[in-house]
Amino acid sequence: MSFVSLLWVLLLGSLLGLELIGKVPPTLHTPLMSGANAISGITMLAALTLIVKAEGNVPLLIIGSVSLGFALFNVVGGFFVTDRMLAMFSRKPSNKK
Amino acid sequence: MNLPVIIKFVIDLLAVLLLALGIKGLSKVKSARDANRLAAFAMSLSVVGLLSYYLGTSGIAIQSWIWIIIGSILGSLFGAILAKKVPMTSMPETVALFNGCGGMSSLLVALGVAIFPISGGQENFDFFKSLINEVSISVSIFVGAITFTGSIVAMAKLQGWLSTPGWTQSKVRHFVNIVFAVASLIAFFDLINGNTSSIWLLVIVSSLLGIGVTLPIGGADMPVVISLLNSYSGIAAAAAGFVVDSQLLIVAGAMVGAAGLILTQVMCKGMNRSLVSVLFGGSLSAQSTASSGSGEYTNITSCSVEECALTLEAANKVIIVPGYGLAVAQAQHTLREVTKKLEQNGIEVVYAIHPVAGRMPGHMNVLLAEADVPYEQLKEMDVVNPDFPATDVVLVLGANDVVNPQAKNDSSSPLYGMPVLDVQEARTVFVIKRGMSAGYSGIKNDLFDLPNTSMVFGDAKKVLNDLIGELKDLGVGEK
Repeated sequence: MSFVSLLWVLLLGSLLGLELIGKVPPTLHTPLMSGANAISGITMLAALTLIVKAEGNVPLLIIGSVSLGFALFNVVGGFFVTDRMLAMFSRKPSNKK
Repeated sequence: MNLPVIIKFVIDLLAVLLLALGIKGLSKVKSARDANRLAAFAMSLSVVGLLSYYLGTSGIAIQSWIWIIIGSILGSLFGAILAKKVPMTSMPETVALFNGCGGMSSLLVALGVAIFPISGGQENFDFFKSLINEVSISVSIFVGAITFTGSIVAMAKLQGWLSTPGWTQSKVRHFVNIVFAVASLIAFFDLINGNTSSIWLLVIVSSLLGIGVTLPIGGADMPVVISLLNSYSGIAAAAAGFVVDSQLLIVAGAMVGAAGLILTQVMCKGMNRSLVSVLFGGSLSAQSTASSGSGEYTNITSCSVEECALTLEAANKVIIVPGYGLAVAQAQHTLREVTKKLEQNGIEVVYAIHPVAGRMPGHMNVLLAEADVPYEQLKEMDVVNPDFPATDVVLVLGANDVVNPQAKNDSSSPLYGMPVLDVQEARTVFVIKRGMSAGYSGIKNDLFDLPNTSMVFGDAKKVLNDLIGELKDLGVGEK
């Protein structure tokens, strides 16, 4: 990928993010923050790339592995905790009309 | 293009689409839970896409698999355990911790690439390309480090492990932070000039900058800071995407970064604070203790739980105003028992939720939902405010600044302009509170002095338990 096309990707991704959440009810601020936070753990892909390309370089493998651990801690924990919060809103069948 | 490339391309595209739909769905109550799962699915899909690509092209060495498995099992395990165990009241600090770890991950990736350049990518040395590489590594380290240390400080402050040191409230802090910022810039240029060792300087000073920027910020503003740091971790991820040349990372990171920024702005609006004053204004209480130490309470009426129960029994309409104090006392379940009794007696009960009730917008809704309070009894501020004049009793539980009439009446007050609940319009207001201490803002609450306000002193949970006993004696809720 050329640098310029990556910049385009950055620009369009940012615009998409700006558009995605217009009106959020305050109820959902905390879950939304926590869910978006889990998505930011997408750096796990970069950590994976690092490990795969390390080619037997042990220090790099360790750095990659630790990085992967941190990212997955963010992702798994983030999604679980968001689900726990949101489960409370939808548990009772009476709350929807 | 060969097959693995095409497959990865399709999977990445699908993952981006699903992530976007996920974020979108998370902003609506009805779809939020499914949206969260959709996003989680998209993330797993992206991992499958990446691994299958490498399997199909260069292959993955056994050694790499071992380290992948170690890292993922440990990370996922600790994440899952923490997510299951942590009490709902400490949600803000948990989000901060997760967020910090995301930033740490981006930092480590950039550091790894900087110290051990990935082989294969550079057939012939290209100055422009290596410049871009160095810039993206620096950005990833800089933002990642700030996210990490900032989030950890935010967490420690919310947990009460760290207080706000005095010097951070003086002008000195701006000087200190400017020094850190300039030092990061120097390290950055030194790095581009080819001095690789200055990367450590960059790591250290940007970490310090993260601490220096977060430390002065007071408790009430912390949610805004966490939301902003969340946005940063997205930016760090996007920068890491430039480092390893991944479009998916750039899109997802940019999306989270931009969405986080919008969310931060929405939160600021709810608290009537500007982002600039949150970031550079220091703690609100430190500003205001000097200016509005004006006035002691002159007309405090305190009353017993029994009187409170008698008034409640005679009421037709009751509004509950829950605040963070309720959450700290873990009294939401006890409160639910009280309101059940009142409802059984035909009394209308509604919960008035200020946008920043609890410690994070939406935090209180989560806590009350945990205690089985029906969703339709939770009313947002704009909906409930016109109802107060027709309300017999308002119970304020551990809320303070959000019911302070100063915000409407006193233009010299630091709270002035903040949207508040007009509880003073109700016939009787009971404020259940431990003592006369001030709220987050450290500002005197004029509500407590009003003739229709009575204070019930005590721990929220204990008072509510006593209230249940009194209501029982009165025969409320028993048929």
